[in-house]
Amino acid sequence: MNCTRVMILTLVAAVLLGTAGAVFAADDTQGFDIAARSDRTDLGFGDSDVELQMVLRNAAGQESTRALRIATLEKPDETVGDKSLVVFDTPRDIEGTALLSHAKILDPDDQWLYLPALKRVKRISSSNKSGPFVGSEFAFEDFTAIELNKFDYTYVGEVACGDLTCDVLERTPRYENSGYTKQVSWVDQTDYQIRKVEFYDRRGDLLKVLELKDYRNYKGIWRAHTLSMSNVQTNKQTDLIYGDYTFNTGLAENDFVKGRLSRLR
Amino acid sequence: MRTLLLVILLAALLPQSPARGEEVDISASVEMQARAFWNDPQWVGQDDQALQGSVVSITEFRWRNEDGNQRASLIPYLRWDASDDERSLSDLREAYWAFEGDDYELLVGANTVFWGVTESVHLVDIINQTDFAGDIDGEDKLGQPMVSLALQRDWGEISAFVMPYFRERTFAGVDGRFRPLLPVDTDNPLYESSDMEKHVDLALRYSHYIGDIDIGLNVFSGTSREPRFVLAPDGASLLPVYDQIDQVGLDLQYTEDSWLWKLEAIARDGHSGTFAAAVGGFEYTMYQVSESSADVGLLLEYQYDGRDEFEPVTINDNDVFIGTRLALNDVQDTAVLAGFSYDTDTGEIFVNIEAERRFGEDWFGELRVRAFSGAEQGDTTYWLQQDDYVQLSITRYF
Repeated sequence: MNCTRVMILTLVAAVLLGTAGAVFAADDTQGFDIAARSDRTDLGFGDSDVELQMVLRNAAGQESTRALRIATLEKPDETVGDKSLVVFDTPRDIEGTALLSHAKILDPDDQWLYLPALKRVKRISSSNKSGPFVGSEFAFEDFTAIELNKFDYTYVGEVACGDLTCDVLERTPRYENSGYTKQVSWVDQTDYQIRKVEFYDRRGDLLKVLELKDYRNYKGIWRAHTLSMSNVQTNKQTDLIYGDYTFNTGLAENDFVKGRLSRLR
Repeated sequence: MRTLLLVILLAALLPQSPARGEEVDISASVEMQARAFWNDPQWVGQDDQALQGSVVSITEFRWRNEDGNQRASLIPYLRWDASDDERSLSDLREAYWAFEGDDYELLVGANTVFWGVTESVHLVDIINQTDFAGDIDGEDKLGQPMVSLALQRDWGEISAFVMPYFRERTFAGVDGRFRPLLPVDTDNPLYESSDMEKHVDLALRYSHYIGDIDIGLNVFSGTSREPRFVLAPDGASLLPVYDQIDQVGLDLQYTEDSWLWKLEAIARDGHSGTFAAAVGGFEYTMYQVSESSADVGLLLEYQYDGRDEFEPVTINDNDVFIGTRLALNDVQDTAVLAGFSYDTDTGEIFVNIEAERRFGEDWFGELRVRAFSGAEQGDTTYWLQQDDYVQLSITRYF
């Protein structure tokens, strides 16, 4: 055997092994990579402020509306969660009620609730991940920051979604107390944005479908402006209709401390 | 009347058509409240009608400048009671101007500040006077004039309060329920300090959290919010006496999964000496019980108070509070809090049920039931024994 043959064989073997490795790796990482690519289109947004309407609709079609504001402070480190502040403007009896969250990845978030009637700040348990957020079809875990590393991902395949093509990912919560066994998300291949999510309950049955529509681009940062959550088991629906986002409004760490909660109005 | 004039004057000063970027928010609510007592009154002079009606109006004027670093608030509170003149009240819950820097806030004017973590008694909460005529639960407060400075640091928030004017506690009049044999003469209060209501009170608070633990530490020096009582010279009424006190307080909460562990403790150098008081317990919540959206919470707190008979009377001296909180998490935010306190020394029981929900977008209804039992002559709740009541209130928001 001459050296050349040995080298060629070795190369072929290496290429074969390498490819095989890549194929195996695809099962483990392709889903994560797609999710990460989507998550990272958001990187560097800094901070944001937005007003939105929450429209709750029961099975009979009766509507009830809430107006709220959400301020978010980005924590670029993927091992740390973002900080957010949700303040209610209506209904009037809860005007000024605020929820401050310091999101964690796998540990329970730190959350404080501000009750304006007593001007009381109350640290609350965040283990209630699956409970409804203010009577809506959104659970707490749907509403607080969706962090990349809160889930494990599996790549399912690709399908057409409207005019776009979407990668379909299955994601399973890594944190405790989730109300879901799995979620299936559709991420488009053009702008890498999430277009739809299916939520499966603890029995494994389809519970809710979230559609994310009206994406707009703010200097490279995409935001959906209509989020429709439909509960397929109860036929209730909650729409979140966002106004225009403002970015880099000068929010800082001190705007996301519990002492701020009594100074919001 | 003076309050009303002040309100009109301050409202006139608020920008009528806000400049671009300025924010002015005006909102109002009117609450109609009816109380029904099913026992005859205990004391001579008390209105013997079973129904007591009242109306509460709260108007909120809020202003914030274009930069967002200055704000002002004006909240006149007006209450008219059909049976008891002393329960009618005009107050400014808030009337302040505040300036916010990156890591500090300066506030000048009247404001309401809450401290504490427990549910059955609020021991460390001392800045504001209690509107006891408004509600015997101690959660209705009067606006406190102050200059306050809050500093936010990485290691927590420090707030300092200078309070140049004292607010007297409100009490039911001779016609009203929830009063002792002799009514409290709120027109002739006595003070330990010769400065009387103009004594300058001081307070300092530190507040922070470390992981799952929230902590608050505070110091107060000034006029006690709780009065003692002495017999008036004519023997026909009780005069409230407001002593000078020094008090340190601690509030702690440990939040772990569905458990909130709570502790409040104070040590006070009061009228006759130094004593300590504490309340501690837990709130445990079962989320989405039986696969519904509803949460059910269980509350247990123990109250201790070491004060002697020369200090202001407390009913929370050696009591166990057991309660449950039901939140339906529906569109109307229906919630019920029901519980009772049991005095382990005397066997007195105080039952408290509060249920509330929204109707439509702008209406809010609340039902309360309160009942007292087990007290004998000489016990601290004996004077309330005939005052069991149910209260229905409807609030319309504008």
